[in-house]
Amino acid sequence: MEMTWIWAIAASFAGAVLSSLGMGGGGIMLIYLTVVIGMDQLSAQGVNLVFFVPVALVAIALHAKNRLIQWKIVLPSVILGLIGVYFGAKLATFIGSEVLSKLFGVFLLIIGVRELAAKDMEKNAEKTK
Amino acid sequence: MGFWKRLKKKWLVYPLGLAIGLLGGLFGAGGGMIAVPMLRAMGVQGNKSHATSLAITLPLAVASGFLYFQAGHFHFADAWIYLPGGVAGALLGGYLLPRIKTVWLRRAFGVIILFSAGRLLWK
Repeated sequence: MEMTWIWAIAASFAGAVLSSLGMGGGGIMLIYLTVVIGMDQLSAQGVNLVFFVPVALVAIALHAKNRLIQWKIVLPSVILGLIGVYFGAKLATFIGSEVLSKLFGVFLLIIGVRELAAKDMEKNAEKTK
Repeated sequence: MGFWKRLKKKWLVYPLGLAIGLLGGLFGAGGGMIAVPMLRAMGVQGNKSHATSLAITLPLAVASGFLYFQAGHFHFADAWIYLPGGVAGALLGGYLLPRIKTVWLRRAFGVIILFSAGRLLWK
């Protein structure tokens, strides 16, 4: 039981650090919830969404203080995003946990390759800052 | 600023929002993973793209979480134990973002992600 707690705290901490850096920490939490503790994909996704809210609130407050957020882009993205959310969530329910888990694996595969390959672009972006 | 750049800056915001929302709704995560490169393409630079992606994904996560809850996919009781670690991690991330280059984090992240993809696909 103690080990479970340690892993839960470690995973949520690591997930939150990456989340608050805008680097897909949700991926870490989902992996922990599904692969490590064996939660089904849809439950894990729901838990991750709830988990993300306080994490993002804290991080956004700090980023806003550091003037890192470009608010002008936020509003139109959110409005369109809500439409996307609606269809995405319906689709997830329709597909079901089993297939969704495989789809998520494919998504991670694509993102993982990109994260490893995109380092030059990142360097250029840092230079032009 | 060139014509193409201006066009991208102005119009990418719509497919951006839609795509982030779709992924957020479908996977309950991942909005940030595509938001950052798209924001970059729109000319949001460096760490600002990471911070801005969060401000976009938070309200979408609230909406998505509500739909998941409504559909009965999860219990809040399963989420609260991750709160302390989450808040501590967020404080560290908020402190780190203006101070670090994200490039080495991205490489480490890439390795973790690929490993996990393997576990999910071939478990």
